[in-house]
Amino acid sequence: MPTEVKTLNEILDLAATQFQVPREKLSPDDDFFKTLKIDSLQALSLLTRLEQHFNVELPDYELQGVSDFRTLAERIQARL
Amino acid sequence: MQSNGKTISWQLTNGVIEVALHREPCNEIGAQSLDELEHLASSLPALEQQAHVLIFYSKLACGFSAGGDLRELYRGMQAMERKAALTGIREFHQRIHHVMNTFDASPLTTIAVVHGIVFGGGLELALTCDLIVADKTARFCFPELRLGIIPGFGGIPRLKRDLGNAVVRDLILTGRSFNSAKAQQIGLVSQVVAEGEALRVARLTAAQLGKFDRATAAAAKKFAKPIPYDELRQEIDIVCELYASPAVEAALKKFVESTDAQPYLP
Repeated sequence: MPTEVKTLNEILDLAATQFQVPREKLSPDDDFFKTLKIDSLQALSLLTRLEQHFNVELPDYELQGVSDFRTLAERIQARL
Repeated sequence: MQSNGKTISWQLTNGVIEVALHREPCNEIGAQSLDELEHLASSLPALEQQAHVLIFYSKLACGFSAGGDLRELYRGMQAMERKAALTGIREFHQRIHHVMNTFDASPLTTIAVVHGIVFGGGLELALTCDLIVADKTARFCFPELRLGIIPGFGGIPRLKRDLGNAVVRDLILTGRSFNSAKAQQIGLVSQVVAEGEALRVARLTAAQLGKFDRATAAAAKKFAKPIPYDELRQEIDIVCELYASPAVEAALKKFVESTDAQPYLP
């Protein structure tokens, strides 16, 4: 099982690639809605990519109120 | 033969009717969409003489469809007396059911090509189709319970027809969204393909289906795919009863006026 740090880094890499943001501009505690400049539907597309990458199923209600990469990583890590 | 509407366009080429959804921002189904879907439904008997496959797809990047136009619905409810609004809601649902039932019962083999957002009424449109081809970006959801209603365009009866009941309960009662891999695992989606490839794959499928005798394909479909008319009628009654609750209008208001980053999660 990957460590939470590895999971977090992979999430940051994926988000940077998907939304074409320089990776170095993303930090674990960023509000990803603001940093990536995405809306809720785009956040769902990120969730889809993350589910595919980590081969997990993450109900979206678990992400209600979650807007930072670190907490997102915790939620995914709990299902790995 | 072709038709170019404001929300949908379709054309018949080599026995395949391709229906493109293109209403910004994400193919929300409102009054204009319903008018144009009715036009398509009423044109089908003539088209069916020359076609073997009907394909629905979206031209918009955001996805297949976000479902019913809740903003239009809310504005309509605000503009009318309560009784008139509820009458209008019933009429809308009766009309959309007629359209969905026409697509469902068409002797053509029907294919929904989906990507991105496939929510609520959009998913219900896909459910009328015989096959769903999804690309990996597709995300499906029945979020209606979050608004205090149930799916109103035939969702639960068709889910019950096509999927196991435990799965139906999970999708409806949690309102959670799920990806194309999950959709294929539960039997909702027949093929999952790479991003941007779903329409091409559907066309290949249509070409294969064109080799079959049309009358035999229609007979096989009619035998394999019962239309749950009684439950569909019940659904209209249940939905209209729920819309009469003040809680629904409050939930719609919250959704429409939300500036929250996640308005799909009331």
